[in-house]
Amino acid sequence: MSKVRVLVGTHKGAFVLTSDGKRKEWQVSGPYFAGWEVYHMKGSPADPDRIYASQSSGWSGQVIQRSSDGGKTWAAPGGGVTTDPSGMPHGESNKFVYDASPQTGKPLTTHQWYDGTQHPWEFKRVWHLEPSLADPDTVYAGVEDAALFRSIDGAHTWRELPGLRGHGTGPKWQPGAGGMCLHTIILDPADPERIFIAISAAGAFRTNDGGKTWQPINRGLKSQYLPNPEAEVGHCVHHISMHRLRPGVLFMQKHWDVMRSDDAGDSWQEVSGNLPTDFGFTIDVHAHEPETLYVVPIKSDAEHYPLDGKLRVYRSRTGGNEWEELTRGLPQRDCYVNVLRDAMAVDALDSCGVYFGTTGGQVYASADAGDNWAPIVRDLPAVLSVEVQTLQ
Amino acid sequence: MIRVVLPTHLRTLARIDSDVALEVEGEVTQRSVLDALESRYPVLRGTIRDHVTRRRRPFIRFFACEEDLSHESPDAPLPESVASGAEPFLVVGAIAGG
Repeated sequence: MSKVRVLVGTHKGAFVLTSDGKRKEWQVSGPYFAGWEVYHMKGSPADPDRIYASQSSGWSGQVIQRSSDGGKTWAAPGGGVTTDPSGMPHGESNKFVYDASPQTGKPLTTHQWYDGTQHPWEFKRVWHLEPSLADPDTVYAGVEDAALFRSIDGAHTWRELPGLRGHGTGPKWQPGAGGMCLHTIILDPADPERIFIAISAAGAFRTNDGGKTWQPINRGLKSQYLPNPEAEVGHCVHHISMHRLRPGVLFMQKHWDVMRSDDAGDSWQEVSGNLPTDFGFTIDVHAHEPETLYVVPIKSDAEHYPLDGKLRVYRSRTGGNEWEELTRGLPQRDCYVNVLRDAMAVDALDSCGVYFGTTGGQVYASADAGDNWAPIVRDLPAVLSVEVQTLQ
Repeated sequence: MIRVVLPTHLRTLARIDSDVALEVEGEVTQRSVLDALESRYPVLRGTIRDHVTRRRRPFIRFFACEEDLSHESPDAPLPESVASGAEPFLVVGAIAGG
């Protein structure tokens, strides 16, 4: 019998929601890391019981937690394990240090600040953890200020992939309202050397050589807040999604505009079509239908809540442009929550389940690809991220 | 023994139920106390002081004997009553909202 495990990161801790394949009855466990912000949790595709979590606070910084039993128990991997030559033990799992070594070309150390001046790179938190598709001990971390790190020892130690910051456009990257964060990491299931990432507000980038070299992939994006709206970098990409069977097709929710690329990001076309507003944060793809997309339109960049107080998911079965509203079971009056960029996910059961969390603390689930919705929980802290594991 | 009181979130992280009692070699300073604390509880490295600069994190404060020692030199001797264990060394999260 299949099971579903939903990993929910919130402003004040993490929660694990589990159900059988019917997805009607749910068990809620947590809060884990109570009182801390949990920006993201994600399980390893190679070992579903291995889960990584990003725990952070403005007071005490970044901690990476790891579970080896499906989220029942957790430990910081570096705690008390390593010892330096003098005998001093080190908890290295929380240490994210930008690579400025001459050996790697001294990657750029400043980016653009809100006022247009240059500002030094400063580590703040891990926004997104992306476990390797093949190795439970390998995991990528997207961080603020934007950079990509990798651990190959189960999050015990981390090293930056400095080619991303070092490729040359860094001084033009700038923070969005949420900070200058690397929030999206997509590993190509067909090509282990190809990775896509996205940064607010810099844009999307791709490597074809496992992270050594990177190129911006933003041709076709237009952003009116840039001096040159079609600039190579500077775009506030909110999220990108890809279907595992078609790794060359990408779907993007930009600050404004929903976009698609059919050439692995080399060019983008707008597919906002009949959406009532094309501002939003999250976007995802149906598990079995590569042309079926989901977005949650948000009124505007000034008003981060649904249009007209109605929480509506929009689904396109045509890869964009033609959208239908999905409202059954969702509040259709007086709803002023937001759905953040990493707060939507799908399961892989035959009838694809779709899940999203809100800043009002609700986690909604649909067991029929979006036709009908029901809350799993209603009163969590503000939801930052939702990931789903489909278990056998 | 030096007594150190941690904020709730850090006690939870380090799995500590109460105050910490530490042996500190040599002069008792902020640096030597925090070095000993991080040596015993490596998971706290980076949560009180920056990993690289080793400076106090901005929203962390150090109090003792009803005084704010946050801006004292990390190598200045702590008060004798802290060194003797009569008074605790307090690591406090700044009041900056929820």
